[in-house]
Amino acid sequence: MPPESLTCKECHTVYPLDASYVCERCFGPLEIAYRSRAEEDPAEIRRRIQAGPHSIWRYRDFLPLEGAPPRDTLPAGWTPLLRADRLAERLGLREVWIKNDAANPTHSFKDRVVAVALARAKELGYRTIACASTGNLANAVAAHAAAAGLESYVFIPSDLEEQKILATGVYGTTIVAIRGNYDDVNRLCTEVSGEREWAFVNINFRPYYAEGSKTIAYEIAEQLGWEVPDRIVGPIASGSQFTKIARGFEEWIELGLVEGAVPTMNGAQAQGCSPVATAYAAGHDVCRPVKPDTIAKSLAIGNPADGPYALDLARRTGGGIDAVSDEEIKAGIRLLAETTGIFTETAGGVTTAVLAKLAERGEIDPAERVVAVITGEGLKTLDAVRGTFETVEIEPTFDAFEAHVESAATPVAA
Amino acid sequence: MAIVVKIPTQLRAATGGASSASVEGGTVGEVLDALYAQFGELRERIADDGGLRRFVNVYVGGEDVRFLDGLETTVSDGDEVTILPAVAGG
Repeated sequence: MPPESLTCKECHTVYPLDASYVCERCFGPLEIAYRSRAEEDPAEIRRRIQAGPHSIWRYRDFLPLEGAPPRDTLPAGWTPLLRADRLAERLGLREVWIKNDAANPTHSFKDRVVAVALARAKELGYRTIACASTGNLANAVAAHAAAAGLESYVFIPSDLEEQKILATGVYGTTIVAIRGNYDDVNRLCTEVSGEREWAFVNINFRPYYAEGSKTIAYEIAEQLGWEVPDRIVGPIASGSQFTKIARGFEEWIELGLVEGAVPTMNGAQAQGCSPVATAYAAGHDVCRPVKPDTIAKSLAIGNPADGPYALDLARRTGGGIDAVSDEEIKAGIRLLAETTGIFTETAGGVTTAVLAKLAERGEIDPAERVVAVITGEGLKTLDAVRGTFETVEIEPTFDAFEAHVESAATPVAA
Repeated sequence: MAIVVKIPTQLRAATGGASSASVEGGTVGEVLDALYAQFGELRERIADDGGLRRFVNVYVGGEDVRFLDGLETTVSDGDEVTILPAVAGG
């Protein structure tokens, strides 16, 4: 299914497959259009996928490269899909799965999108890659650039979590910290991208980059034994990943690789930055931008580019978009950790908290198969769990230990 | 009052390649009208029923006009108005 063109999602004007992202006629977003492969035998496509590597490149037929994927990339994707029975039980549900995208090379789903954008940037001859990031993207761009021997510039809000800054600088990138929020960073980068011959993965390479998120859907379907789940609960920042997950399922349903319908899509936002959830609740089809104020910094985009499409998707699949408070986010992190052994960052806390909220409201039929998309690693947002539990400190003597055991009143054995 | 308007690369085909323009106006709406008067083709690219298309962002001094008074936002001599695509980032 080779890529054929960039096509405007709004007015359908067609452009060549170069480094552009905006329709010059109507300013709408450009997307990759692929050559039709309706003639192909689904069984053959499936065999080709199964013979591929354990990374996103097993789905190369569905990604916007003209040639073969580069060899010198970090192996993004093919992350575990884990059945979470203890979480399901706590929530009164029957079947819950966790797609654990923290298990990527730089511990977030951003490795998928960066791998695709960087591969295409190399095809087009770019030597420098860059991004406007809330943190995870910066990690991924810096690491993938290092692996590929490209120069990189990452632009971040200056108040980003220290763990994310440290885990980015180590790769030898140039970090530009902006005194402002993510939307300020994004505005500046949009200006810079017009003036520099750089591949900004989420700006002038956004059409390629966004396609990487489809691989989350492909993997979920393949890992479920070529089946589509009933419901997806996932985070919304710009709305790109949320809409591309649905697109991934849609493509495979159209080709006959899987049967059924696009899952019910539930989006998750933090109350401190919930322009899409707010528009959803108000029945609007566009989002009013907000100034973010939340611990879920990786979701702190006040001016979401794909907001209108996320709203449309949630509505047409019978899903919804909910927002949760910072306290609920912390409780979500804790709930996931306690019931699955997976420690997620604040964005995963948002997703888990929204899943819990939907279950509590009785919106999920207990017979449903639900997949929660956990997009990042808890070690990157340690402040979210600081002070949420106690550590016992004792002298290194048996008596001190025994005294503690007495006072803790939790007998080890009866 | 001279206001500098920064034109994104995607619109420069309509401005003869110019990356900025200097126009007169007391509000963002007036500034845009003056810009359309200078470069007629710009109107159909970014304007929609008197407002702005939904994928166009306009900033005054770096602030999104939707946080100010929209097209009614007042501008004064030396202010910089920036037009940018909204589909970036994330």
